[in-house]
Amino acid sequence: MFCAITPAFAIDPLPFKDAAQRERFQHLTSQLRCMVCQNESLDASNADLARDLRHQIFEMMQQGKSDEQIKQYLVARYSDFVLYDPPLKASTMALWFAPPALVVVGGIVVFVLLRKRAKPAAQIAMNETGDDW
Amino acid sequence: MIPELGQLALILALLLSALQCVLPIVGAWRDHRPLMATARPLAVGQFVFVGIAFGILTHAFLAQDFSVAYVAQNSNLQLPWWYRFPAVWGAHEGSLLLWVLILDIWTLAVAALGGKLPERFHARVLGVLGFVAFGFLLFSLTTSNPFARLIPAPMDGADLNPVLQDPGLIMHPPVLYMGYVGFSVAFAFAIAALLGGELQSAWVRWSRPWTNVAWGFLSAGIVAGSWWAYSELGWGGWWFWDPVENASFMPWLVGAALVHAQAVTDKRGGLRAWTLLLAIFAFSLSLLGTFLVRSGVLTSVHSFAADPKRGVFILGFLAVVVGGSLLLYALRARFVAGGKPFALASRETLILVGNLMLTVAAATVLLGTLYPLVGEALDIGRISVGAPYFGFLFMLLMTPLVLALPFAPLSRWGKADPASWKRAAWRIVGLSVLAGIIGWILGARGFMPLLGVTAATYVLSGTALYAIKRWKEAPAGKRYPLEMFGMLCAHVGVGVFIAGAILTRSLSVEQDVALVPGQTAHVGAYDFRFDGVAETQGPNWLAQQGTVEVSRNGEAIVTLHPQKRTYPRGQVQTEASIHPGVFRDLYVSLGDPIGPSTGPGGTNGEWALRVYDKPFVRWIWAGGLLMMLGGFCAAADKRFRVRREAPEAVVETPSIPTRPAEQNA
Repeated sequence: MFCAITPAFAIDPLPFKDAAQRERFQHLTSQLRCMVCQNESLDASNADLARDLRHQIFEMMQQGKSDEQIKQYLVARYSDFVLYDPPLKASTMALWFAPPALVVVGGIVVFVLLRKRAKPAAQIAMNETGDDW
Repeated sequence: MIPELGQLALILALLLSALQCVLPIVGAWRDHRPLMATARPLAVGQFVFVGIAFGILTHAFLAQDFSVAYVAQNSNLQLPWWYRFPAVWGAHEGSLLLWVLILDIWTLAVAALGGKLPERFHARVLGVLGFVAFGFLLFSLTTSNPFARLIPAPMDGADLNPVLQDPGLIMHPPVLYMGYVGFSVAFAFAIAALLGGELQSAWVRWSRPWTNVAWGFLSAGIVAGSWWAYSELGWGGWWFWDPVENASFMPWLVGAALVHAQAVTDKRGGLRAWTLLLAIFAFSLSLLGTFLVRSGVLTSVHSFAADPKRGVFILGFLAVVVGGSLLLYALRARFVAGGKPFALASRETLILVGNLMLTVAAATVLLGTLYPLVGEALDIGRISVGAPYFGFLFMLLMTPLVLALPFAPLSRWGKADPASWKRAAWRIVGLSVLAGIIGWILGARGFMPLLGVTAATYVLSGTALYAIKRWKEAPAGKRYPLEMFGMLCAHVGVGVFIAGAILTRSLSVEQDVALVPGQTAHVGAYDFRFDGVAETQGPNWLAQQGTVEVSRNGEAIVTLHPQKRTYPRGQVQTEASIHPGVFRDLYVSLGDPIGPSTGPGGTNGEWALRVYDKPFVRWIWAGGLLMMLGGFCAAADKRFRVRREAPEAVVETPSIPTRPAEQNA
């Protein structure tokens, strides 16, 4: 069950301006993948590459770059693989739209079957006598 | 010599499982009683031999027999004995053996407790379980033999992965497997029903307690894994949507749907075909999870393709099980409208809404887990699918379910009274808004914390309304049958879990700090004073241990001792130090020294520490444990005890008179 776990998570104190910037940094790095690890975010990874990238992201934040700009920079270097939040494009259409489509199709199937099967409500006696558990 | 006996025991178990699969099913087909009667002794025999094999492997670990390759890879001389025992299931070969052993324990329970089931049905159930055991024993012997020798034996073994040297390892895999493998019983009941063409609802009542217990164990196993990751990995998270976690979560979701669908089939006779299908899916997803985790396909599709022996075996087995059972389903399940009719506004409909959302959620987790693998295999660009995707869709999908949840118990079977929905909705929403206001006053500022408070109150107050309704309406002594008590427990668990998950996420304060001894960090409302690092020693590790004094407004709360351990092979493992509490955990883990050290031994300079204030994190696991308890309680209800009478007696619903005047209160 657990062959995939690498120990020692990163602890990397950085001089943030304020709590808001720290939270923004934590949120952003937790959504980015460490490229050399099994399945770890930049936030958690202790790999050298992850550390370098964290520091680079920190610098970019100090320069006033937005999250989008930082992501674009990383995607340009490492492709979409770096994003834990897969962008919507032709190759990820099925990924993003299959779940809502399933809900809609499933909902319609259930509704139609119920309509077909259900007698008019008036004909169903309320379950008056028995215990309704 | 002894390990060869273990190998022999496994081979004998394989032969017995083959017989257990064939003889009883042929017997049931031909109505041949002596053949059917072989099922039980064969199941017992198989259990005995797998038990012997498991015992011998355990002995090899305790005796440090490094001539067994598996022991040499996963133990060493310094490993304390209490970790040598769970080291048996610390890696692939042994955990597979544990899988089979637990399957045999379930089989034995079915053999012992199912004695009052109709003879042919019972024989078929044990036969199907024998088939599953056969598949896994064959897998073990052909690709993952735990008794393979390593000659010449090394002087010392490698080591058990230090991440696994934790009390969590003792608990997590066996409990998780109890759940995983437990769905094989629901599956066997479904296949036995299909084989015999007994599609009346009787089989569902017989299988319900088994499904509930398996689902309860799976809940507990997932909780144990989550807690273990939280306390052991030093990262303070409790769920990462890692494929390994998803592998256990998918059968859990389908299992939750199955538990409810079975209730409908049992009580109202409806949804028969759907219940069969869910039982097949729950077990198939358990197998798929085993494939994902065990084949190495997660590390890399290409490395999997390079050495595909194990993966191909499980994939083949999966294809036989899923394909075979779906074929059987297509041939036998009749999509006739069965059961008592129900209106659009009814308890049945609400349960169906929940079923739809749970199955779509399971499909979404499956899609998100497999999508990157398929993408990699087809070379259409590697992508990552992680927490932002799963978390977002999961929240969306669970919203209708949570909204419907309190109303399902409050609705009548067959036809609900919309006026009573309206009354209940006013109360539930009113209480939720009130809780939101109180939460705001107590400091839950912002959208997410308020969402957590109101959503949790919505579920909890709705569940409480039903409990009160029962108290008023049902005669004393019949108010809360165990089955209903289980439902109440599990639904309260959902509310507690929602509070924990959303509040922890939105109110946690996490900070990585660099401190010199004597320096204090302020995190949340707390002061963490770092008092330096000292060396300490355990049975098989050396550690640097920090001392952190935690206080609030000058009032001392606790002294924490986070460690960084070094194991014999040089592996480094952090041990977070946690001050647990009902409303918050305080959590510190120790990083590396920073910059040049000033003191002797490099331990008095500046150190990196991760400090956490995590409110309500225990509620996540408390919620899961309540769900487990719910599954167990429901299974213990006496209406599930099979009686020897004719099957028709089982189909009717027992009726308890209620006072009609108060029914809609």
